[in-house]
Amino acid sequence: MSAVNLPSNYLPILVFFFIALAFGVVTILMGYLVRPKRPYLEKLHAYESGILPDTDARMQFPFRYYLIAMLFVLFDIEMVFLYPWAVSFNKLGLFGLIEMVLFLLILFVGYFYAWRKGALEWD
Amino acid sequence: MAAQLLFFYFGGVTIAGAIVAVTSRNIVYSALSLLVAFIHIAGIYVLLNAEFIAAVQILVYAGAILVLYLFVLMLFNPSEEKLYLHKQAKVGIFLGVVVLFMMLFAGYKTEIIGKGGPLTAQAVKEMGHTRVIGNALFTDYLFPFEVASLILLVAMFGAIVLAGRGVHRKKGPAGRIDLSYRDKLPKKSSETPEEVIVGR
Repeated sequence: MSAVNLPSNYLPILVFFFIALAFGVVTILMGYLVRPKRPYLEKLHAYESGILPDTDARMQFPFRYYLIAMLFVLFDIEMVFLYPWAVSFNKLGLFGLIEMVLFLLILFVGYFYAWRKGALEWD
Repeated sequence: MAAQLLFFYFGGVTIAGAIVAVTSRNIVYSALSLLVAFIHIAGIYVLLNAEFIAAVQILVYAGAILVLYLFVLMLFNPSEEKLYLHKQAKVGIFLGVVVLFMMLFAGYKTEIIGKGGPLTAQAVKEMGHTRVIGNALFTDYLFPFEVASLILLVAMFGAIVLAGRGVHRKKGPAGRIDLSYRDKLPKKSSETPEEVIVGR
């Protein structure tokens, strides 16, 4: 790996990455060093708007969330195909537009199926 | 030199995140350390000039796949998780070693592809990774691209059929949920103004 190949236009992202990392680390570390440590039972409880929590937060979620997560994954993957299409759209022209419309039409069949089946309803 | 330092940073944190993901007692911590590993793998992809793969790594793995993992963990009954976790260490180590050697063998045997034609490393350097992939995907590989939409469609149907089976609900016109039962219900007493005042 030579330094010539290093993609230099990603340098600002790298700088932001390390600033974000340092912000979290420094905040937690400074709080740990500066704050007084006088723990008692109520203080160590999970914060639940000021009242003592009576159940574990790790309860079983309704199964309908799974469907929402799955649909999110599928439309996210659809977006992955839109991204290179948008980048090279100028070169592809009308032909590219037609094929992307075809791609989206096929996926809209699934979207309307989900709609008709009530998968997007939440009552 | 800077490239080596960055590679060792991203690779080291990826390995550390993966180790925490398989050894942590709390499965939510496992999922979150997997997120750290995924993001640092994206950094390795950027170092390899594979910018599109890095973006997909962030969008799909760190976004969608991890959301799916977290949802599955939350749908999991937390009292049952101790029955399944940390009981397969020997099988896991065996399979990990086997897969590692398979990958090393594949990497040793594979010749570098993309020496000629429009998809060379030179083209990636000149036009950018995403543009090269876009030009190839929407011209030469058009048919697999359209087939991919059908595969996504089948996955969507499957998710709706599987996850929607347990929900028996009355459907009104156009597949909407029938809410007409609300009109038949007796009026709530709290709607009268006296009750509201008492409620306060």
